[in-house]
Amino acid sequence: MAEQKAPQKWGLVVDLDRCTGCNACIAACSMENNIPFVGEDEVAYGRGLYWLYNKREWRGEYPEIKPAFEPVMCQQCGNAPCEPVCPVFASVHSEEEQINLAVYNRCVGTRYCANNCPYHARQFNYFDYELPEPMNSYLNPDVTVRRRGVMEKCTFCVQRIVRGRQKAAAEGREVEDGEIQPACVQACPAGALVFGDVSNPESKASQMARNQRRYQLLEELGTLPRVTYLKGGGRYGG
Amino acid sequence: MAAETNLLQAVKPAEHAEEDPREHLMFDPRPREEMNRMVMEAMTTTTRRYWIWLIALGLGVAVLLFGAWGNMILTGIGVAGVRRPIFWGVFIVTFVFWIGISHAGTFVSAILRVFKAEFRRPFTRAAELMTTFGLAAGALYPLIHLGRVWVFYWMIPYPNARWLWPNFRSPLVWDFLAITTYLLSSTIYLYLPLVPDLAMARDRTKGWRHTIYKLLALGWRGTEAEWYRLRKAINIFAFAIIPVMFSVHTIVSWDFAVGMVAGWHSTIFGPYFIVGAILSGVAAVVTILFVLRNTMKHFDYFIRVEHFDALGKLLLVFSMAWAYFFFNEYLLSWYGGDAAVKQVLTLHATGPAAWVWYTMLICNVAIPWLTLWNKTIRRTPWAMFIITLLINVGMYAERYTIIPLTLGHQRSPFDWGVYNPQWTEISIALGTLCLFMFLYLAASRLIPLVPVWEVQEGQMAHTLRKVGKAEVPSVTELEE
Repeated sequence: MAEQKAPQKWGLVVDLDRCTGCNACIAACSMENNIPFVGEDEVAYGRGLYWLYNKREWRGEYPEIKPAFEPVMCQQCGNAPCEPVCPVFASVHSEEEQINLAVYNRCVGTRYCANNCPYHARQFNYFDYELPEPMNSYLNPDVTVRRRGVMEKCTFCVQRIVRGRQKAAAEGREVEDGEIQPACVQACPAGALVFGDVSNPESKASQMARNQRRYQLLEELGTLPRVTYLKGGGRYGG
Repeated sequence: MAAETNLLQAVKPAEHAEEDPREHLMFDPRPREEMNRMVMEAMTTTTRRYWIWLIALGLGVAVLLFGAWGNMILTGIGVAGVRRPIFWGVFIVTFVFWIGISHAGTFVSAILRVFKAEFRRPFTRAAELMTTFGLAAGALYPLIHLGRVWVFYWMIPYPNARWLWPNFRSPLVWDFLAITTYLLSSTIYLYLPLVPDLAMARDRTKGWRHTIYKLLALGWRGTEAEWYRLRKAINIFAFAIIPVMFSVHTIVSWDFAVGMVAGWHSTIFGPYFIVGAILSGVAAVVTILFVLRNTMKHFDYFIRVEHFDALGKLLLVFSMAWAYFFFNEYLLSWYGGDAAVKQVLTLHATGPAAWVWYTMLICNVAIPWLTLWNKTIRRTPWAMFIITLLINVGMYAERYTIIPLTLGHQRSPFDWGVYNPQWTEISIALGTLCLFMFLYLAASRLIPLVPVWEVQEGQMAHTLRKVGKAEVPSVTELEE
């Protein structure tokens, strides 16, 4: 066993110059994390379950406006607003992975965390959603299936992080950079998503994050997000 | 010219005539035994209309509240209209509404008692009952709105095999503790002054009533030592419950103020909520007094226009205080300069549900300010009934503005949304109204709704003394 070392801080970098908005990350996320399909009517009412969604908006002042989008997932805040408000510790900070965990089995469904999340990254199971016949076989055994009345959200595919770490430990080595990939990162055809240990300055994610195009969502709120965006549009060089 | 003089003379006597002190309950005493009999009669008289209402409300509780809630538990919270990003809707709005209503009892009973406002005497119990039943209705909502109500006890600090306590940093846990404290202390505070009246009822009833009152009166005999201790206990409770009352709605406001939602995160929320709660609570007291006066036997003797008058003045003051805090919210956001807060507040007035915001301002500010300054209106019970109902409509609209309408327009415009209350939510909200009315109606025939001994005590202290030919009202100081 390797000796105890400081926990790794997992982080994600989203390069909007490379992102084409193909939504492959969203599909991969749904498959990996057993996210149910809620049906057309529910989605139309605003209850679609997406741990990762593509935020579309107009940027700039008229007439200099252009459409833009950015994939938004749980920002895994270092100082997360969802954590202190949960009365039952269903939203907790993990010491080991330095991310926010959603403890589905502990959740009683007050939905306070979701109100308090400035990124609206948390999703709620309004009903028990049944998967149609052949699709119930695809469920990922590593991820809890949530029942109704429970809050859920992106976990940076914590099951993959744990498995990667265990594999490395079994082989008696450190986790290599790029070895662990959440489903969205793995699925991204353009390589716009890069995942890695941001506490290690040599990791690819850290190197990418040191960029003048860098920004974080609602940074001014002091939530210390772990997701870094690189501004798209090509005008900023890189 | 002549017509004008006539008009003046016609108006003048009514407005400027010396008020007859005997219009006041305190200066219109009746013999003790007669008053006891009046209260007992009011308590034991049940009409056909009463039973129809009681049964209808009981059905309302069963169907509207428990039927709809049961259906929601079985199918999921999705039958309510909540959706991303508005995760709290009518349930939390109604929760805050009922907790607000429950402030009246303590306010009327404890604060007016401490300040020795004599007009409080005949309706302290009516107000205290409102506190207890308002809390009973409101305290259901933290359970109703849960996604998984069957594990609600995880929010309670109890020793368990998981070695897990609730998160004491969460305002919801503070809420739970504050509301429990308030419910327990307000129930005791309701019970203490009830003891002598229960003893009075015990001595004048037979059968099942006698058995109940005998048990509840705790063997009260009315000795000097008993009175001394009762007064002392009531006095301690009156002082002690005031900070509890302030803490409860402050903590309810912290459910919002502690969050980082733009438009919630404001230091003004504590006092703003307290003032709003007292405004809606006192308004509800007036509404109930009107109903009691018109439906219960002999209540026109106990509840008089002077009480509507006095409560109307209080309402005017609290409406002004509420308007100040409302204005202050805008002032602070302007001073703070947070663009998101400014946007939320602007959208309250211009957004898709601006009519809620205007309803709030019309009912909470315009209507009280335009009517309650007028003594004739304050002394017209049915007018006060309508005005106070409207004030509570306005206060409901205030909570609606603060909760779903604020959540709907947060920092990222892509995530803006509107919220449509669904039938389940409306049904459960109406169901708790039925529950409140049902409990109140049942209690009105089970316990003496007028604190007889307090009225008698007040009447003994108030006398009309003759000074020459004039009768001068005078009050004796009762306690130290």
